[in-house]
Amino acid sequence: MSKAFQKIYTQITAITKATCSLKATGVGNDELATVNGKLAQVVKIMGDDVTLQVFQGTEGIPTNAEVVFLGKAPSLKVSDQLAGRFFNAYGDPIDGGPEIEGKEVEIGGPSVNPVRRKQPSELIATGIAGIDLNNTLVSGQKIPFFADPDQPYNQVMANVALRAEADKIILGAMGMTNDDYLYFKNVFSNAGVLDRIVSFVNTTEDPAVERLLVPDMALAAAEYFAVEKHEKVLVLLTDMTLYADALAIVSNRMDQIPSKDSMPGSLYSDLAKIYEKAVQFPEEAGSGSITIIAVTTLSGGDITHAIPDNTGYITEGQLYLRRDSDIGKVIVDPFRSLSRLKQLVAGKKTREDHPQVMNAAVRLYADAANAKTKLENGFDLTDYDERCLAFAKDYSSKILAIDVNINTTEMLDIAWQLFAKHFKPEEVNIKQALVDKYWVK
Amino acid sequence: MTTGKVKGIIANLVTVVVDGPVSQNEICYISVGETRLMAEVIKVAGENVYVQVFESTRGLKVGNSVEFTGHMLEVTLGPGLLGRNYDGLQNDLDKLTGVFLKRGEYNFPLDKEKLWHFVPMAKVGDHVEAAAWLGEVDENHQPHKIMVPFVFEGSYTVKSIVAEGDYKIEDTIAVLTDAEGKEHVVTMIQKWPVKKAITAYREKPRPFKLLETGVRTIDTANPICEGGTGFIPGPFGTGKTVLQHAISKQAEADIVIIAACGERANEVVETFTEFPELIDPHTGRKLTERTIIIANTSNMPVASREASVYTSMTIAEYYRSMGLRVMLMADSTSRWAQALREMSNRMEELPGQDAFPMDLSAIIGAFYARAGYVFLNNGKTGSVTFLGTVSPAGGNLKEPVTEGTKKVARCFYALEQNRADRKRYPAVNPIDSYSKYLEYPEFQKYISELIDDEWINKVNDMKTYLQRGKEIQEQINILGDDGVPVDYHEEFWKSEVIDFVILQQDAFDKIDAVCPLERQRYMLDLVMDICRHDYKFDNFLDVTDYFKRLINYCKQMNYSEFHSETFEDYQKKLNALLAERQIAK
Repeated sequence: MSKAFQKIYTQITAITKATCSLKATGVGNDELATVNGKLAQVVKIMGDDVTLQVFQGTEGIPTNAEVVFLGKAPSLKVSDQLAGRFFNAYGDPIDGGPEIEGKEVEIGGPSVNPVRRKQPSELIATGIAGIDLNNTLVSGQKIPFFADPDQPYNQVMANVALRAEADKIILGAMGMTNDDYLYFKNVFSNAGVLDRIVSFVNTTEDPAVERLLVPDMALAAAEYFAVEKHEKVLVLLTDMTLYADALAIVSNRMDQIPSKDSMPGSLYSDLAKIYEKAVQFPEEAGSGSITIIAVTTLSGGDITHAIPDNTGYITEGQLYLRRDSDIGKVIVDPFRSLSRLKQLVAGKKTREDHPQVMNAAVRLYADAANAKTKLENGFDLTDYDERCLAFAKDYSSKILAIDVNINTTEMLDIAWQLFAKHFKPEEVNIKQALVDKYWVK
Repeated sequence: MTTGKVKGIIANLVTVVVDGPVSQNEICYISVGETRLMAEVIKVAGENVYVQVFESTRGLKVGNSVEFTGHMLEVTLGPGLLGRNYDGLQNDLDKLTGVFLKRGEYNFPLDKEKLWHFVPMAKVGDHVEAAAWLGEVDENHQPHKIMVPFVFEGSYTVKSIVAEGDYKIEDTIAVLTDAEGKEHVVTMIQKWPVKKAITAYREKPRPFKLLETGVRTIDTANPICEGGTGFIPGPFGTGKTVLQHAISKQAEADIVIIAACGERANEVVETFTEFPELIDPHTGRKLTERTIIIANTSNMPVASREASVYTSMTIAEYYRSMGLRVMLMADSTSRWAQALREMSNRMEELPGQDAFPMDLSAIIGAFYARAGYVFLNNGKTGSVTFLGTVSPAGGNLKEPVTEGTKKVARCFYALEQNRADRKRYPAVNPIDSYSKYLEYPEFQKYISELIDDEWINKVNDMKTYLQRGKEIQEQINILGDDGVPVDYHEEFWKSEVIDFVILQQDAFDKIDAVCPLERQRYMLDLVMDICRHDYKFDNFLDVTDYFKRLINYCKQMNYSEFHSETFEDYQKKLNALLAERQIAK
């Protein structure tokens, strides 16, 4: 790797678990270096004192380690050869295939000028009503699943990815178990879509700090396909909580003052830099798009923790999974889930009654939840309560359950049937014009 | 000018060794190859000067040269600001080349070639001072005053002023002579450092005039005044942005400035896309014509996020000095506070609560204080109404930004997760929220003249019904439907009528989205009349059923054109329904 003109340093002055420091000159901020062959990046310069963050950890690094500065920031070679390949966090192939040839781009590049963005307006259909009906996804959106570690989020995400009809699916896996990695690999190859997939994988077996490179690698590849090839790209990032944990490790080693929940004070900006890469490009830039679906695992469902909390303020909504005890299946929780961009397509790209039907059904589902509480507290139920409960059961099993795969118009039709079966028109609180048109008599 | 060399780099905090004097908050440029990166001095320690760079510092090296400019961060003020989209440093985003932002690319924020039709207002021999109106040009139908620059101190005499005609912004408009007889040239543009308030006005009284927003839960329940301050805290997903957009579209202001501070780019894009299509309900002209957007989205550099709120406020104060009503919205002030935290952290200052800087509350206070209703030196009035959102961590209102804001903002619109979950939008909690202006005698006098003497009483009554309804609901939850008397149910449902008909409003419905004051008055009268009557009921099931029908009619009225045939039709149905059970007084 070292070239003739490169200066080699061999005097390390300080080593912590994640960083090492040395005296060096002519070094640029963010520049890459190798320390005894391990990849590292410049994170602090003070005079001739340079601090490096060593991605693989500093175990076994001696004070006379060989340090070579590479004169560039972390980068990825991009070309069509990326398709179908599996890489590690540095962008090196891990599938036994050849090195990629192509243009070398710096990862973590600049953001899109907001006036050059286009308002997202293309619906991404998944066949899952908890998404399509209640929380419609739009290309160029960024949305995470907020899930407890025991929930089947990776399976649901793989499902969404396969049904979403994207030109490319880019998987950025951070701290993924080897089992889940093999699961994704399997699902994608069984579906015969491997040529549409690019994966950057950091498993639990790899060093934690390496994870910090994964989202930027995945998004650099995504930008190549969206900008140069004008493709519709879907980026899956799992699990962003482990990414944030890695940020905390590094900031801790650098003696930064932690803010809420031991997270670095810059957590919001760090996460925003990643999620804001989601974009719909305008016609003049080729109409490509980058949509990000991520996973943020929660601890005991706590969304007030700094990681989900900051994420929620950045992403355009969030999806929650929940096991519905009435039907014994997993559903996308209609109460807490939200897609902020749904109004851009609901009722515009879908049938006109979509927004009102969606709200009415969720309202009635909420009334059912109240009735259930009443029942649990030992109170008598009214006739309306009973009907709400019956509606909720039908609604869960016929529309919400994650294994139901129907299009939005069918979902709306079924919803109207359920309204008519359980309620009077004035109980559903929908605009009269729509009731006149769609009420099932 | 002072120059320097880079000595140290940690993220966007750069240490510079200087060869001459520098001042706090002075702007400098750091050269990296061909690019020059803008930075601001935030701390001086001996020959070491700490600057925060407004851009990514990737590739910056020790020894890179630095040039200081001798001035603080300034904005350029003049005709042509309206309708533009700027970043936090006032670069015109539309003039930037390329799809991706390039670091170090800066541009002039106005159009130097455009001709403006200038009509003089001052004449030779007039005595003028800073902010005095020399003349005006028409900027998107707003009388844009060309003023004596705010930096001019003391009194001046107009030596010459150009005749009515078309001029470019850099043309000389007037020549003024100061007390020592020195001449000063005035053009249509001037510069002002953003962190200093523009105070060229005579007096700042307490706000008293209602600022109509068309949002019932604000105008009716907790009104904001022209020149007033308010804030909207809320956990994510409770509709902060939708509410802010509604206000920026509908507020009865001459100028609307939106500071998108560290928020989602797609939300700004929504404004870019929708505003050119939308019509200002008060003037019938395009919304973009009265709007300026300062977009510093969350992925743009952190330091310019901090600058963006000041840039917006300075532009707001500039238009206020012309005697205009300016509405300034900042979404979100928490992101600005976080930017302060990031820098304070890098400078290794001792942290306050949640690692925010110790003086956070003072910084917030000083910023909100720049809003206000003012009497200008010429007796005319102008106002800057400021509404900020706060994004409290974990939805917990006991955090430094919310607490610091609560001390200074006079209106509080508490968005509530529970209401949002139940799709009761806008999810403003009617009981926790407040407007201090309702207690101002000057506002009470104004509103009773504008609407009627009984208005304040009705509003207070309405709140009492809501409070009572909430208490009864809690009792029902504990005792069960059968455990409370039937008239408790009636009272509870009266509060539901208020909630569904007055407080809830469909921001996505064309008609319901904007509710003019006249219509708000009609609906409040209608609803309060319903509430103030007693009804005949035998059991609580009848109550529920009856009030649901009643609410349905009222809601349909909200969805219909005011006083249209459909509207009157529902009114008749409602009257018939009321006659069924209402007990005459």
